[in-house]
Formats: sequence, C-alpha cells, structure tokens
Amino acid sequence: MILFELVPFDLLRVVWWVLLGVLLIGFAMTDGFDMGTGALLPFVARTDIERRVVINTVGPVWEGNQVWFILGGGAIFAAWPPLYAVSFSGFYLAMFAILAALILRPVGFKYRSKREDKRWRNGWDWALFAGGAVPALIFGVAVGNVLQGVPFRLTEDLMPIYEGTFYGKFLGLLNPFALLTGIVSLSMLIMHGAAWLALKTEGDIARRARAYGTMAGLVAIAGFALAGLWLAFGFEGYRLMGQVITDGPSNPRYSEVARDTSWLAAYGARPWILVAPVLGFAGMSMALMKLRGVGEVSALLWSKLGILGVISTVGLTMFPFILPSSIDPKSSLTVWDASSSHMTLFVMLICVIIFMPLILLYTAWVYKVLWGKVTEDDVTSNSNNLY
Amino acid sequence: MEIGVVELSRLQFAMTAMYHFLFVPLTLGLSIIVAIMETVYVMTDRPIWRQMTKFWGTLFGINFVLGVATGITMEFQFGMNWSYYSHYVGDVFGAPLAIEGLMAFFLEATFVGLFFFGWEKLSRLQHLAVAWLVAAGSNFSALWILIANGWMQHPVGAEFNPDTMRMEMTSFFDVVFNTVAQAKFVHTVSAGYVTAAVFVLGVSAWYLLKGRHIELARRSIAVAASFGLASALSVVVLGDESGYSAGESQKMKLAAIEAMWETEPAPASFTLFGIPDQEKRETKYAVHIPWVMGLIGTRSLTEEISGINELEQEHVTNIRNGLIAYDALMTIRQDRDQTPPEVRARFEAHSDDLGYALLLKRYVDDPREATDAQIAQAAEDTIPHVWPLFWAFRIMVGLGMLFIGTMAYFFYRANFKQMRFPRPALWVAVWMIPAPWIAAEMGWIVAEYGRQPWTVDGVLPTALSVSHLSVGDLLVTLAGFMIFYTVLFVVEIGLMLKYIRKGPVEDVETTAEWTKRHVRRLSTSGFDPAAESSPAPQPAE
Repeated sequence: MILFELVPFDLLRVVWWVLLGVLLIGFAMTDGFDMGTGALLPFVARTDIERRVVINTVGPVWEGNQVWFILGGGAIFAAWPPLYAVSFSGFYLAMFAILAALILRPVGFKYRSKREDKRWRNGWDWALFAGGAVPALIFGVAVGNVLQGVPFRLTEDLMPIYEGTFYGKFLGLLNPFALLTGIVSLSMLIMHGAAWLALKTEGDIARRARAYGTMAGLVAIAGFALAGLWLAFGFEGYRLMGQVITDGPSNPRYSEVARDTSWLAAYGARPWILVAPVLGFAGMSMALMKLRGVGEVSALLWSKLGILGVISTVGLTMFPFILPSSIDPKSSLTVWDASSSHMTLFVMLICVIIFMPLILLYTAWVYKVLWGKVTEDDVTSNSNNLY
Repeated sequence: MEIGVVELSRLQFAMTAMYHFLFVPLTLGLSIIVAIMETVYVMTDRPIWRQMTKFWGTLFGINFVLGVATGITMEFQFGMNWSYYSHYVGDVFGAPLAIEGLMAFFLEATFVGLFFFGWEKLSRLQHLAVAWLVAAGSNFSALWILIANGWMQHPVGAEFNPDTMRMEMTSFFDVVFNTVAQAKFVHTVSAGYVTAAVFVLGVSAWYLLKGRHIELARRSIAVAASFGLASALSVVVLGDESGYSAGESQKMKLAAIEAMWETEPAPASFTLFGIPDQEKRETKYAVHIPWVMGLIGTRSLTEEISGINELEQEHVTNIRNGLIAYDALMTIRQDRDQTPPEVRARFEAHSDDLGYALLLKRYVDDPREATDAQIAQAAEDTIPHVWPLFWAFRIMVGLGMLFIGTMAYFFYRANFKQMRFPRPALWVAVWMIPAPWIAAEMGWIVAEYGRQPWTVDGVLPTALSVSHLSVGDLLVTLAGFMIFYTVLFVVEIGLMLKYIRKGPVEDVETTAEWTKRHVRRLSTSGFDPAAESSPAPQPAE
C-alpha cells in the first residue's frame, strides 16, 4: 500500500496528537459528568428514591460514555505505542486504582437497585462515589506528574525502566503539584456533574447540585490559576535541542532534550495558544454563573467548553512533548518520535474518518431519545426497567 | 530478567482473561438470542415473546455489565504488565484493538443503555433495531479482538524495523484477513452461541421441571435448541478449520496437543487417550486412531505432521539464524545510516528468525555470547507443557460432541414430538449449564498456553515482554484482582440466581390477561394456546 504516503508522516503525527486530545476531551466531557454525578451522589441525594433519580440520569448513557476512555486506551496503544507502554506501566498502581474504580462503577449502577436491602444499596452508593471521585482525582494527579516529568528511561532496546521503589513510585506520584492538578480535575468534573444534574433533575436534587457545583467550580478556577503560576515559577519545562526531525523513525532516543526553560515559554513561541487557558477560565466561570442562575443547557455547555480549555491548555503547553522523563530527558516521548509507523497512523485515521461521524451521529440520537428530566415518578412507575 | 515477575504477570493475565471470558461467550450468544426473540415479537405481536425478550434481556444485562467491566482490565493490562510487548508490537497489535473500540464498543455500549431504558421511548421497530445493534456490536468486538489474537498466533503483514526496535505493519489487509484470525473468530463466536443456547436451554428446562413459566420455557427451548444445534455444528466444523490452520503456522502447538513426540509417517494417527510424559518424551497407554490426525492437520494423506523432537531441532537452526540477524541488528544500531549494505542484507535475510535469538535473553544478556548448551536449552523452551494441552483439547472436543448430541435431541423433541421433553432429559439440560464455560476455558488454554514460550509466535518471547515492575507491585494487583473479582463473581451469581428464581416480572398482567382469553378459547374450541395465537392486546406502552 503506497496510498498512505499521500499524507506526510509529520502531518499524521500532529493529526493523531489532536485526536488523542479529542478522545481525552471527549471522555472528560461525557464520562466526566458521570464521574462528577457519582462523586456527588451521596451528597445531593439523601433518600433512596432521590438516589435512584440521580443514578438514572446517567443510567442509560454512562456505558457509552465510558467507551471514550476505553477507546482512548486503544488509540494510545495503536497510535502512540511507546506512550502506552511507558505510562500504563509507570503509573502501575495508580492505573490499578483507576481500573478498580471503573470496574466498581458499572457494577454499582447495574446491581445497586436489584435488591431492596438498605445496606446493600448504601454500600453500592459509596462504591459509586468512589467510582466517580477516584478516577477523576487520579487523572489530574497523572497530568501533574506528566508536567513534572516521570522517572523513566528507555534502554537501547527501547525497554522502559523506572526508577524508584514500590512505595516511592506510588507515593511519589502524590507530590504537592500533582495533588493540586488532581484537585483541579476532581472539582472540574464535580462541577460538570452538577451541571448535568441541574439539567436532568428538579427540586431538591437540582438545588443541592447547583450549590455543590458552585463550590466545586470556584475551587477548579482557583486551582487552575494556581497551577498556572506554579508552572511559571515552580519547576522547569522541557525543550527539544538541535534540528528537530519531524518525520523520522519513532525512536525517542534519537533526539536531544534539554530541561532549561519554563513550560510557559511555549506561549512566547506560539502566542495563539493563549486561547486555551482563556477558554478554560471563561468556560468554568460562565458555567459557575449559570449554576448560580437558572441556566440548564447553557451551564452544561459552558462547563464542557471549560473542560475543553483546561485539557487543551495542558496539551498545547507541552507540545511537542507527550511524556517527558525526569531522570533521562533524552528518553522523553514527543509527537515526533513516539508514534506508530506511517502506515498504521494512516490506516487508523481512515478508520476514524469512517467511524467517528457514525459514533457522533448515533450518540446524538440516543441523547435525543433520552432527552428530558428524570423524576421520582419516572423511577417509581417504571421501577423494573430502571436502575 | 526476574522470573518472578514474568510468572506473576502471566498468572495475572491468565486469571483476568479467563475471568473476562466467563462473561463474554454468554454476551455474544444471548445478545443474538434476545434479538431473535424480539424479532419474533415484532413480527407476530404475541406478548409472550416480549416477555421472553425482557426476561432473557435482564439476565443478559447482569452478565453484560461484568463483561464490560472486566474487559477494561484487558484493554489496559497490556500496557500495565506487558510494556515491552506493547512497545514491540503495538504498531500492529494496537490497531485492531483501537478499531474494536471505534466499531464495536461504541455501538454496543451506546445502544445497550437504550435497550433497557428505551422500551417506553422507542417504537417497536426502533427498539428491535437497537437490540440487533447491541448484538452486532458484541460480535464485531469479538471479530477485532480475535484479529489481534490471531496475529499473536500467526504474525503476518508486519516486519521488524531496526530503527524503532519494533515490529511495524506492512499490510493491514494481511493482518485483517489472517487465516488464523478468521478461523478463530468463527470458532469463538460459535462457541459463544453454544454457551448461550445451553444456558437458555438449561434455565428453561429447570422451569419446566418446576412447572413454572411453561409458555416462556417451551418457546425458549425451541429457540435455544435450533440456534444451539447450528452453532454446535459450526464450532466443531470450524474448530477443525482452526486445527488445519494451526498446522500451517503453529506446528509446535499442534504436536503438543497431540503429544506427538516423533514425526510419524503420513497420514499421522490421532491419539484418543494417553498419558504424556514430558521428561521421557513419550505418551504412555496411548490409544491411536489411524490416519485421523493427518487428515485434520494437513487435509491430505501424504503430507507429514512434524513431531516435537523434529521441531525442536528445527528451532535450533532458527536460533542460529536469529543470531546472525541479531548480530547484524547490533551493527545497524551502531552505524545507523552508515551501515554497510551487506549487513542490512544479512539482517533482512534472517530477520524472520530474530525472535528465536531473543529466546536466549533469558540466559545471557547478549545472545551472541550464548553457549551451545544455552542454545539447546532455548530450543527446548519452545516445547510447551504437553499434558495440559493434550487434556484440555480432549475435554473441549468431548464437550463439543456432547453439545451437538444434546442440541440435536432437544431440537428433535421440540420440532417433531410436540415439545414433550422427558424429565431426565430436562435434568441433563440443567446440569449441563456449566459445561460450555468449561469447554471455552479449555479452548483458551489450548490456544494461549499452547502459544508459550511466545507472546507473539516466533517474534517475541514471553519472558521478554513484561514490564519493569517489582514482585511487590504484582502481588498487590494480583491480590487486588483476586479479592475484587471473587466478590463480583459471588454478587453476579447471586443476582443471576435471584432473577432466574424470580422469573419474568414484566407485563405479568398483560400476559395473564392474554392467557386468560386464550384459556377461554381453549375450553370452547379445543385449541392449544401454546400452539396458536390470535391478535393479542397490545401491552401498555
């Protein structure tokens, strides 16, 4: 197949870098409100029927939403194999915690209301809380660590090796900056979940959701600003040295990397990327206002824009780095040296072009079918069909 | 290389994969059975079929959710526990996995919610379409994961790139239309259909034995038996197909399954029974059936099937060729663009055997320094443990035959004996429920344990594929999975049993009213309500 050479390798790499962002953002925008809703569940809903209302707002959609995450994993594997290999094994125990939470969640949704027993249901409610809050926190912690560099190096055989003992590796993740980014991520998704609940529920639940959402939004905005300052003065970023080859073989060790600049230097080189943080602040602030006011659809949409802004801020600030190494900068993974082969990127792009519009189309249709609020009446009168 | 990490990683993968595969076959088959039932409902308007759709749909849902949940583990475990594998073959192996997400996961996961929540919101045709889309999604997912797995068994359409130190795709077409992958796909989904058929048959038989939900149970048996018979035949016929293709690419696996130590004159005999002895390299008390193995394995009377000892000798040659490639690779890595063309040529001539040289990494850091004894040891490593394969295969095939027999019997009683099923036969059906799961797990053992010592046959040894983790890391996650999965298993079985005992809950009034009318008709006209129906009242939408 010579067809794939029609699209230049470096262009494909950038496209796949964008697609990686699209998947992560798609995940945060859709499954993000499921996680936020889960984290809010024990607080916004107090009685069993209220909790069932909350669960059933996400009941029909969480499964499809979660696929964004699974597809994200698959797409990283296919398009960025070194990233998949290094990050998943490097964040080993954190990944396990995410897995456990993500396994708990589907099971919790499905099984919680299948027994009347109060303790059974209460137990699953807290499982759902963990299933939402834990991944939301860890994703942010992971981003914080990526920005600081991860302690790995690649051998001559390109085998990833990690520094640090078992406890060092796990607790080492929980450094102050990473905790801050973790809190940004958690509070942002809680705000997103609150915006979802404001749209999908009414009465007490919606009122409480708006209150918690407002608080979470304030924390997220303050945390995002603080993280930006920390990035400016707290530690150094990375840059590629010498002549950058953008269409060479995917061998991270072929490039030279220096760690002598601020990540924010990117804003000097490409001022237009300021759009991202601005959108982050604007989206979250507007969502906050709408949560305080009466906006329903608009709160959710603004919150989505805020998420788009925050996540693209991270990606654009680091470009072309994807996963810098703190102990051996030369091993750092970048857009130019950590991708799949030219052919695989091309084939996968064709698949995305075929399937992504279909996915968006039928997902939109499903949301349309399910449009409207979930009420206590719905749950009681349709008890057997719902969660 | 710490042996402990390799073994624990393998244990963890085997455990989580086999656990995941407790739920997958039932999802594959039940999604289709439910869609068939709903099709009958939409076509005939008989509420009983809607009740059946909803009842089996509920059980499908309980099972589906664990299939999805444990599937997440699989998707991420390659990166977590097998990072060198992920780097080495991600360019090829990752693609089908990602396509699985795009084409299959989104489809099934998006519509499964609507299947359960959409009864009141969709027209009947729309809902039927949703049911079929869920079934299609599940089955597409099996297609792509088996293309990925087929590549591990028979790596085609890829070559090693010295610059990136990994396998890279050369033909997507070859990867997708890999004969092993295609045979495996049909074999595996058919096995899933059999699993669901046996499950539906068994649960329905239990209802008949208890005299409950007779209408639902009899119709379900009719569906299960016809669907199950077709699938059980397909499993065996296409299982044979997969044996044939194994003969081409995975000779060692085939020889191990047969415990065939020495090459026999063609056509080889099939060993029905025996006790393989790995150390002495012989099979005790062997009972042979002449010719059969040669026919299955090569489809001819004249081609030979290689025995284990001969293959081991061939692998010594492979290793020596691999070392030539390895040596050239080291030069290429040193000189990069300045590499002399003859070195590149030497590498390309032997790069297919590069993986065999990597087998030596277990014993020496630089394979080029390996002694003859180490080479012999590495060649011996290519022989899998014979007795588990030998027996797993025989249990699987025996159960396959049992399914054909049972399904044929129930098909016959359902269609030609007015659905009269003798009680002992019903009890057999109930007790047979676990059997397809055993067969499926045995199949997994044959396919994957039989692939050892490779993760990708002839390309990458298992011992080299793992992540740089500590035994402590692995123990934490292994213990975590064990506890977690055990709890989930207990919960899921508990819920399954609860919902089976409870029986259909939906539309009881509607169905009862419908049955009452029919009973009245019965008393005046002598019709059997099960055999005939008239336009029934629409269930309240």
